[in-house]
Amino acid sequence: MQLSHGGEPSPAGAPVARWSVEQVLALAPDTASRKAGTRLGAAGPWSGTGCDATGAVWGLCKGSGSTPYRTVVDPTGPAYQCSCPSRKFPCKHALGLLLLRASDDAAFRSAEPADWAEEWLAGRRARAARTSSPAAGGGSVRGPADPAAARKRAERRAERVTGGAQELEQRLADLLRGGLAATDRSGYGLWEETAARMVDAQAPGLAARVRELGAITGSGPGWPVRLLEECGLLHLLDAAWLGRDRLPDPLAATVRTRVGLPLSAEGPPVRDHWLVLAQYDIPDGKIVARRIWLYGRGSGRTALLLSFGAAGRPPAQALPVGATIDAELTPYPGGGQLRAELGEQFGATAAAGPPPGIAAAAAPAVYGNALRDDPWLDAWPVTLRDVIPVPSKDGWQVADAHADAHPGARTGSALPLAPAALSRPGLWKLVALSGGGPVTVFGEIGHRGFDPFAAWDPGEGVEGGGATGGSVVRLV
Amino acid sequence: MPHTTSPTAPTTASASASVDSLPWEELVTSALLGTDRRPPAPRGDPGPADAPAALLDAAALHTVRRRAGLLPAVPEARPEPAAPDPRPALPEAARHRLAHLLADRSAPSGAGRRGTAPDLTELIPQWLAIANRRGFRAPAALLPPLLDAARARTDLRPQALAFAGPRGMWLAGLNPDWKFALRGAASGAPQTDLTDPDAVARLWEEGLFAERVALLDAVRAQDPPAALALLATTWPTERAEDRLMFLDSLRSGLSGFDEPFLEQALSDRSRNVRATAAELLSALPGSALAARMAARALSCVHPDRTGDVASISVEAPHECDADMQRDGVMAVPPTGRGERSWWLGQLVEATPLGVWEERFGGRPAEEIVALPVADDWADELHTAWCRAAVRQRNPRWSRALLGRPSEPVASGPGTASIAERSKLLAVLGEGERASWVAEFIAEHGLSEAFQLLGVCTVPWAGPLGRAVVDALDIARDGGSYPWSFSGVMGLAERCLDPAEADRLEVLTAAQDEQEGASPGAGGYWSEAFQRLVSTLRLRAAMEAELMA
Repeated sequence: MQLSHGGEPSPAGAPVARWSVEQVLALAPDTASRKAGTRLGAAGPWSGTGCDATGAVWGLCKGSGSTPYRTVVDPTGPAYQCSCPSRKFPCKHALGLLLLRASDDAAFRSAEPADWAEEWLAGRRARAARTSSPAAGGGSVRGPADPAAARKRAERRAERVTGGAQELEQRLADLLRGGLAATDRSGYGLWEETAARMVDAQAPGLAARVRELGAITGSGPGWPVRLLEECGLLHLLDAAWLGRDRLPDPLAATVRTRVGLPLSAEGPPVRDHWLVLAQYDIPDGKIVARRIWLYGRGSGRTALLLSFGAAGRPPAQALPVGATIDAELTPYPGGGQLRAELGEQFGATAAAGPPPGIAAAAAPAVYGNALRDDPWLDAWPVTLRDVIPVPSKDGWQVADAHADAHPGARTGSALPLAPAALSRPGLWKLVALSGGGPVTVFGEIGHRGFDPFAAWDPGEGVEGGGATGGSVVRLV
Repeated sequence: MPHTTSPTAPTTASASASVDSLPWEELVTSALLGTDRRPPAPRGDPGPADAPAALLDAAALHTVRRRAGLLPAVPEARPEPAAPDPRPALPEAARHRLAHLLADRSAPSGAGRRGTAPDLTELIPQWLAIANRRGFRAPAALLPPLLDAARARTDLRPQALAFAGPRGMWLAGLNPDWKFALRGAASGAPQTDLTDPDAVARLWEEGLFAERVALLDAVRAQDPPAALALLATTWPTERAEDRLMFLDSLRSGLSGFDEPFLEQALSDRSRNVRATAAELLSALPGSALAARMAARALSCVHPDRTGDVASISVEAPHECDADMQRDGVMAVPPTGRGERSWWLGQLVEATPLGVWEERFGGRPAEEIVALPVADDWADELHTAWCRAAVRQRNPRWSRALLGRPSEPVASGPGTASIAERSKLLAVLGEGERASWVAEFIAEHGLSEAFQLLGVCTVPWAGPLGRAVVDALDIARDGGSYPWSFSGVMGLAERCLDPAEADRLEVLTAAQDEQEGASPGAGGYWSEAFQRLVSTLRLRAAMEAELMA
């Protein structure tokens, strides 16, 4: 047995995890590349495939031209390089290569990278080493060149936001004076125009909330109640901004985030083994917001990576659900904020079970507590343990399994599923995984109900020897 | 926040305190109607000076308070848990493969040209068949896409539902989109214990129609006479369409034992029941009905020794009497057919084939089929013999009527119809079937082979596979486009033995453009063969994963 292979030991000393088909497909930027990548996920067009101890994979893919495309993927990133002209990211060749890797282990010889792959991989590692050295820390690159000018810019922007908030207060007051019933007739234009004013005031957070008010009007039974709730919260945000000097620092940071001022991740970085719990995209006007939920094994923290893709382009950041990455995360400021920025990655580690969970009965209180730090929170992440999906009058709910063990029982506690979850195919995956028995499920609990994002297959864990279920199943 | 100093109006602070104490419903009413019309204030109090702001303050407070104070819901009645599925879980690689196959299915199909990559959707049936043979349990998370696939493609349903197992049925019970799965299950295995005669009798008396059909099938599978006895208990009181369905159940495991019952059914009130009973009896060459039909047919078809060579003379029946009709002969021909030839066809079809060997001096079937037939009756007679060979599952006559595969299609002694030939082939053993079709393809090419290939056992036997590939190679050399053969090509992707992949590799090379060939055909052929090879490799990999 070879004790050393002359270079550095494999990262984190853990076995390098191979991504599964589902995980790879989740990286596809759109359905077309998913389909194209799937077609390339067979040995047919590939040659010269290989992988190394860090998990990097490479191969030559025969295309329509005479020279095959050179594709290489570094899963610590993940980062992709391909000689094809595609502007999609990752391209179909990278997806195909990863799919082949996922389904056909025999096709990959463990070897030293081919020259062309080695060049790129070495370049990446050299860059990674540079940025992680203390002399060239990530912060200094982003830091302002002229602090005085930057402060002046920030003050000007704050003034504009203040103007916007005051104008918005005026509009809300007018609205309440005339009555919400009138908005039903005035239509969408009212809100669009106000939202545009908030964009001008450089307060995108206010603009987004105003636009949402427009969607509530006439959105079905009970809309006046929902509209009044959101108007109240928007008013609270205006008032908080206008009085932010008197707020404690964390709450003031939360208010700045909610209003839409750019903040940068500044907390001390947390290195941990982060389990990727969920990744999903939310269309937001012309851009797409991608949310990735992580759970830190050592720290017990839950963190949210937020990234954006402009005009039809998916966000570049993508992590395979179910993988565990050894990485540094830098938290953003603000009370009750889970958002963080992904820093240096040290490699992937083998899959592991779900985070420790709580009962459905305890979940609303967790959300309630989080509201103390951020009253504008719609929902808060929780892992529910041993819950059973149950059909209810107007949808589905998840009920605690252990409140009363026999079927037909109506005691114990349950959480209704959020309306958004009811139309998603993931609902049926959750029900299938449960089979009427208890499952562990990660999602968000909020005033609209529980929205499940990922569950752990209870059937698999039994055979695998794990007590809490096997692999993660994506529900979004 | 602006303050007012008017002595009569309360200060904003105290106003909002009182507004805060209003019930939520009153705040909503105020907001809906407008604070000008309906100021938010406790009864009797004048509204606060800055009513909108006070209302919004109160609304925010209420909203956050309500959200922070949410309570869990009362659980509804739980569904009965799914029955356990004792089958072992799939090997990991096979599970990934299934996810891959099902994901490809749901993705939108690409452009018209297929390229070199395998069509994964076409491989789902094969994957399911192997998985079911190996007795694996379906992964729970893949049940929804599996049921969706089965919903979209009826041909997938039996295998998909078997694979989905009890968890799949349980899930289908909760989603109306998957109702089809429950329909399948209802006519499946009956829940009754077949060893308990009282339970069987009760279900037979009281069950729903589908349950009774399933019960009859199940009893017949174990003990055919018992099924007949069960059927006889209620036969006269059943409705005509039900009698027809029950009679159909006798088709499996048909034997001489069923003859008395069927003979009795020949005088049934319903014409369809009579016809079905006659058809079943004629499939029993030893039955009395077969003998009666033989006697009638023999009076119509004679050896003719008047000429130099032996031949067959035919005198079609002149009438269709009541006895003939009772034995299932239909008197009225379909439009465009002569009465007498119609009757003749039915008589010959129901006559045991062995009779003819005796009638023509002990000649074997091949020779009888080759005898000339007088007065243009040959087609009529041969077609009827084909139907008889299929109905009686007689390989000797099937072989004779098929003729030698190398003979020109039109001038053979037997049938020229490809549809009839594929039915006759199905009577033969799989090895014989494959070599017959292989020889046919070697002689006549692929243009008519599609239907014949459809009755061959998968994967294709070596000689058959080679014949198909050689024919494709010849078609390429002939300069035609591969999509003229896309049907056979697709069939080859699914049916060729994966072990052929290595031998096929040489065909994937692009060839030089030949004179007279269709432009670009060489490139398309190379692409088509690449797809064939990669599909075969993929099938081999799929199979290996499921064998792991």
